[in-house]
Amino acid sequence: MATEILMPALSPTMTEGKLARWIKKEGDVVTSGDVLAEIETDKATMEVEAIEDGVLGRILIAEGTEGVPVNTPIAILVAEGEAVPAAGAATLAAPAVTAGQNGPAVAPQAAAPAPIAPTPAAAKAATGARIVASPLARRIARQKGLDLATITGSGPNGRIVKRDVENAQPAARAEATASPASVSTPPSAGGSRLVPHTTMRKVIARRLTDSKANVPHFYVSVDVELDALMALRAQLNALADGEGEEGVKLSVNDMLIKASAVALKKVPTVNAYFTEEGMLLHEDADISIAVSLDEGLITPIIRKADSKSLREISLEAKSLISRARSGKLKPEEFQGGTFSVSNMGMYGVKDFAAIVNPPQAAILAIAAGRKQPVVSGNEIKIATVMTVTLSVDHRAVDGATAAQWLNAFRTAVQSPLSLVL
Amino acid sequence: MSQTDFDLVVIGGGPGGYVAALRAAQLGLSTAVVEATHLGGICLNWGCIPTKALLRASEINHLLHDLDGYGFKADAVSFDFKKIVARSRAVSKQLSSGVSHLLKKAKVPVFEGFGKLDGVAANGRRKVLVSKKSGTPQTLTAKNVILATGARARILPGLEPDGQFIWSYREALVPEEMPKSLLVIGSGAIGTEFASFYRNMGAAVTLVEVAPRILPVEDEEISAIAHKEFEKQGIKIFTNAKIGTPKKGADSVSITVEAGGKTETITVDKIISAVGIVGNVENIGLEGTKIKVDRTHVVTDELCRTGEAGVYAIGDLAGAPWLAHKASHEAVMCVEAIAGKHVHPIDVTKIPGCTYCRPQIASVGYTEARAKEAGYKVRVGKFPLLANGKALAMGEPAGLIKTVFDDATGELLGAHMIGAEVTEMIQGYVIARTGELTEAELSETIFPHPTISESMHEAVLAAYGGALHF
Repeated sequence: MATEILMPALSPTMTEGKLARWIKKEGDVVTSGDVLAEIETDKATMEVEAIEDGVLGRILIAEGTEGVPVNTPIAILVAEGEAVPAAGAATLAAPAVTAGQNGPAVAPQAAAPAPIAPTPAAAKAATGARIVASPLARRIARQKGLDLATITGSGPNGRIVKRDVENAQPAARAEATASPASVSTPPSAGGSRLVPHTTMRKVIARRLTDSKANVPHFYVSVDVELDALMALRAQLNALADGEGEEGVKLSVNDMLIKASAVALKKVPTVNAYFTEEGMLLHEDADISIAVSLDEGLITPIIRKADSKSLREISLEAKSLISRARSGKLKPEEFQGGTFSVSNMGMYGVKDFAAIVNPPQAAILAIAAGRKQPVVSGNEIKIATVMTVTLSVDHRAVDGATAAQWLNAFRTAVQSPLSLVL
Repeated sequence: MSQTDFDLVVIGGGPGGYVAALRAAQLGLSTAVVEATHLGGICLNWGCIPTKALLRASEINHLLHDLDGYGFKADAVSFDFKKIVARSRAVSKQLSSGVSHLLKKAKVPVFEGFGKLDGVAANGRRKVLVSKKSGTPQTLTAKNVILATGARARILPGLEPDGQFIWSYREALVPEEMPKSLLVIGSGAIGTEFASFYRNMGAAVTLVEVAPRILPVEDEEISAIAHKEFEKQGIKIFTNAKIGTPKKGADSVSITVEAGGKTETITVDKIISAVGIVGNVENIGLEGTKIKVDRTHVVTDELCRTGEAGVYAIGDLAGAPWLAHKASHEAVMCVEAIAGKHVHPIDVTKIPGCTYCRPQIASVGYTEARAKEAGYKVRVGKFPLLANGKALAMGEPAGLIKTVFDDATGELLGAHMIGAEVTEMIQGYVIARTGELTEAELSETIFPHPTISESMHEAVLAAYGGALHF
């Protein structure tokens, strides 16, 4: 029996994604658990695994196709020896599929028919509200690859019934229609070339533009001496050496994450989201750490960093960073977070200011630690000093609070015993 | 002076009209009903209800002549035909006064008289002229008017009811005495029920149908079983039949029936003409309005709106199917739309139909043939009542339950039943169809044992290859 493989939802809020790559080819024999394809969304790449044995009969969505709605059939799995059903079968004739078969340059002819109302879609998806639909409507939607969250019900109390799904088409998004030809012509001389955006690049562009345009930023910098922290780190790592394979080598960054968490507990109003309804104050310090990748950056989260030991933070950070670099983060591992840390110390930068990562209220930019003379009392001594800059959403946090937070951070770093207590 | 201006005036107090008035009153609309004869309309007075009372009597008569099988013995079973008819009338009367009471409770005044549209008043409100049997006509005004004047028997030339030899349903409901022999023309629900009633009361009955099969709107298989059962009971059936002109004698009437290449002259006490109905579109003020009439029925859109703003038509007047529950549902929908509520148009494939002959027949949705015509690849499930314990225990083994599913989606396209109590059971499938349940939910439903309704479950399982008891 032929089975349609549908575009998976990688998170409850995902509505579409990019079919990045087919691992299997048409005609390949697959067994349950084999990776068939890779899906790229927001910032993560996920593998689509076969859930049944069979032969990959037909690929319906070409690799590289963007804006593939969740639940769109992307391929047909058949039993060995079984004929592949004609692509003309009613359930496969949807526009999004057509676009996939012929490449993304083909514009779907039926863009957004009336029954597909995007507003309830977004609302339902965002709130995770129960979708009221008849069993028949659910089945037809599944067969057609429709996302019920995108459909407005016309039945009693807005129930989605057969007539609502019968004429609906899988949502075709504008992105799917954008073809290279429609992009502004690049300058002819100089050998410029156009590199199409990755999904991640688009997300970075959109989110950071939003942040800079809508979040009133201000910046506060402070110099922090690192010597005490580095001494403690050396001691802890020496202890860890004695533990053999169990031992964990702490990085300065691990300790600065912890120091940020300690400071957030001291000045909790920074651990907040500004919302229209009010200030959303967070109990836990869930710290997003910026990880640079070849194609952009991603911010995996150390949850409850305030209540985790340095060892736990270090282990978790290593795992998150390595999986971020291989594109294997799960959505819940990089969505959320209450505060961000961006460390460019390894690049030797003197100082920099980061862009707030909405809806968070602040992000800490950490520059390189450098030995320099400092005045201590009436003496000049040499210390390792780094400049950290807190970028702040002024709607949520005022200047004095930001300064308090930086002082708390500096205290935690310069008197680092609080990091191990 | 009592109130004469209303939000809504309903012309006709049948199951369409009085229900419209009750719902309108619930929604706070000031409402009046205009009724020319009796509240409750044909349904309560000359249709659904009195026929059920008669059919009940005929079932009892049948049982009394079938006692031996249950281990009983009774000598000299007899009946008083006048009493049977009187009981039927009493039931109608009780219900009609019940409607009167309901309307009074809802503070809906009833204007007794013949209502008709009478143009538009200076203030823009619709005028309804109520002509009474005596006295001067009265004018009511209303923002909205619902026409619910119903329908009456279609009269074929030469078959005009004469009160003596040729009956319509009206005469057939109030016979002076029990006829010894009858010929029923038309095997729809009305003709079949009268054939069943009179046959089970002991008359010799001939049923004549112009179509290739009796009960032509039902599923073919159901028609075939009904045909066989009726013949077993002694009803003589002609299909593909043409009738001649009746020749009335002194005590009987003769008519030729041409069928199967042969022409037969049949002589009976009475002929019942049950060849359909025509809408009561005359003298209700449609002339000169934008309201269109098509073959005796008022043309409306799916929300019962006519060509004139503020004028609606519901029930038999507005077209098929000619069923009281369709009229009542349209009434509610129409009134709710007037009151500004969001309503859903009626889907005729979700309206059940019931025929109370013996054995009973009930159905909803597509027949197997119509589903195929509509392009569905169907899955059909069947379960005979012969394999149902309760049916056997009741001594009612004749019958079949049949389901038609859409193979692609598992939608229950239709259900067709013949057998004891099926008219009480069809609602299960109607709920399934209205709620858009698929075979999965129906298969998972636990039906009580022992009931005839278990066959409904089995007929679903059978469509998916898994009836357990057959």
